[in-house]
Amino acid sequence: MGSTITVRGLHKSYESLKAVDGVSFDVEAGEFFGILGPNGAGKTTTLEIVEGLRKPDAGAVELFGESPWPRNPALLPRIGVQLQASSFFERLTAREQIHTFASLYGVGAKKADEMLELVGLTDKADVRAEKLSGGQMQRLSIACALVHDPELVFLDEPTAALDPQARRNLWDLLRAINTQGRTIVLTTHYMDEAEILCDRVAIMDHGRILQSGSPAELVRGLDTPTRISIETGAIAVDEARRLFQGAEVDDDGVSLTLVTRTPAPVLAALAERNALRGLSVRGATLEDVFLNLTGREYRA
Amino acid sequence: MSSGFRSLSRAMLLGFVRDRTALFFTILFPLMFLVLFGGLLKNQGVSRSKVIEVGPVAVIDQVPADAKRELGKLLDVTKMTDRAKALDAVRKGDYEAAVEQQGDRVMVHYSAADQVRAGTVRSVFDQLVQQTNLAAAGTPPRLSLDAQQVEDKSLKTIQFVTPGLLGWAIATGATFGAAMTLVTWREKKILRRLRLSPVRISSVVSARVGVSVGVALLQTAIFLGVASLPSFGLKLSNYWWMSLPVILVGTFAFLSIGLVAGAWAKTQESANVIAQLVVLPMAFLSGSFFPLDSAPKWLQAVAEIFPLRHLNQAMLDVMVRGKGPASVLPEMGILAGFAIVLTLLATRLFRWDDV
Ligand SMILES: Nc1ncnc2c1ncn2[C@@H]1O[C@H](COP(=O)(O)OP(=O)(O)O)[C@@H](O)[C@H]1O
Ligand SMILES: [Mg+2]
Repeated sequence: MGSTITVRGLHKSYESLKAVDGVSFDVEAGEFFGILGPNGAGKTTTLEIVEGLRKPDAGAVELFGESPWPRNPALLPRIGVQLQASSFFERLTAREQIHTFASLYGVGAKKADEMLELVGLTDKADVRAEKLSGGQMQRLSIACALVHDPELVFLDEPTAALDPQARRNLWDLLRAINTQGRTIVLTTHYMDEAEILCDRVAIMDHGRILQSGSPAELVRGLDTPTRISIETGAIAVDEARRLFQGAEVDDDGVSLTLVTRTPAPVLAALAERNALRGLSVRGATLEDVFLNLTGREYRA
Repeated sequence: MSSGFRSLSRAMLLGFVRDRTALFFTILFPLMFLVLFGGLLKNQGVSRSKVIEVGPVAVIDQVPADAKRELGKLLDVTKMTDRAKALDAVRKGDYEAAVEQQGDRVMVHYSAADQVRAGTVRSVFDQLVQQTNLAAAGTPPRLSLDAQQVEDKSLKTIQFVTPGLLGWAIATGATFGAAMTLVTWREKKILRRLRLSPVRISSVVSARVGVSVGVALLQTAIFLGVASLPSFGLKLSNYWWMSLPVILVGTFAFLSIGLVAGAWAKTQESANVIAQLVVLPMAFLSGSFFPLDSAPKWLQAVAEIFPLRHLNQAMLDVMVRGKGPASVLPEMGILAGFAIVLTLLATRLFRWDDV
């Protein structure tokens, strides 16, 4: 049994711009795969080539062992897609939208209503799609992508333009869907989102995948020091310098920060002195991975 | 019928009936013209024949005042003195006839190009001469002119504005419907979303065709219903039902125009402008607003290239002129041919999206 998705050597140029420049990856069944990168990295172009919406200049894509280009009707019922720009029929209510999409897949009205309930839009069912808030539209769009129980789901920046609460709710929903055994491919420019949701991420910039792996692996692969912060005054700066010779110590008047490659003894010593007030410990994140790969700050 | 066809038809239909602007321009606006033309111009018959009076013509000049008013409904008399110029004007088609009188001889010069008009003018003067002869014979001169001599004697205003305006309404509805669906669905990314669903393209197309045919039939029902009200008094001929298949192929023809406009245009605004630029001049030149009978010959010839001209003609023939069902088959053939050619062109221009 092969991979659910196999992508080999994709290239796509728009005039002189190489939007996708040699992208290859595999996604296994049941995986939660993320494509992470700043705006303009080529995520949408890659995703839409994989979905079969755009034709690559070069390279090959297989979904369940079949090519999605040209339009492959055998594949379509097995995949669910949420496009980056939401696509709704004009002047139709949320319920009418999802009923329409459901019936395109031969799915009944009852299932469609359940899906609406699942994304928490039952009370907005009679509101026209264009009157929904950004977050509500996004959820409706995802509900329409999931209404036919696809095995493979593509989501293009599903949490863009959502408030933090709505993002968290959506994360819960996506995790639940993934737990049911569905394969999810998501693009995002939020580092934390990729880190929290994805089994595996591919970090993308300028049309290329710079590195891929599980978020934990990627972070561990960086030999980055840990930053330990406590409230200023919990321990005197001089004492901290004396105690932790190998660490960088800095006090900005609010927090005292220790940057060290050996966090365990530092924490133990602080605990001994009862100096853990306001403690926060920060290891490396995917942001540091990006910085390390590109030499520049991550700015979405 | 696939569930894709049904749900897409429903989505389109709901989108249409909730679009006030579309409803206004496809139904209410043409209906306003019908009420205006059919109601206000109720008592006007077909347009008058333009006649040149070369020098003094006694049979015209001596007509009593009240009869002159009657005569004025049929003839629009212009005086000229230059005979050659007058004849030239008739030859050009600017006037239907030139009349001169030399002693007892009344001469009517007419162009054979428009037989109906020429016939009207001739019979009017026949009568005038007869009346004058009778008067000369001692019988009191009494002119009783009415529209009897005109071939389309039944064509009161409502009789010809109903098919014409209905043709315009159908052309507007079908062209805009197809163009707007195509452009809006592409702009709103619905087409790309549909492309990723297992729906067949034929379902998408037949949904649009089905909705447009439904809209056209609704327009027909409303138009015929309103025009048949006693205050307008439309009288349908026996073969009016033949207008339904005519409307069907007419709708196909305008859908195909809309498909080309929609495939070509990038934005809703430009689709709107293109459709408007196509339909409105065509409506004027196809006799939707006024009969073309008095238009110059060359213009009438040009009008033959418009599908709306053929739709209007065919509807006029079977709805009010009482011609038999077979008489409109050539027109239906032209409309169908138009639809096929433009649909093929539209499929070549078709784009799922702008990417
Ligand atoms: N249809 C297109 N025509 C021209 N340029 C495009 C088109 N689609 C994408 N691009 C360009 O390709 C690059 C990658 O775009 P995209 O894949 O949308 O990035 P992302 O989704 O990561 O933000 C961008 O520079 C974008 O401007
Ligand atoms: Mg994108």
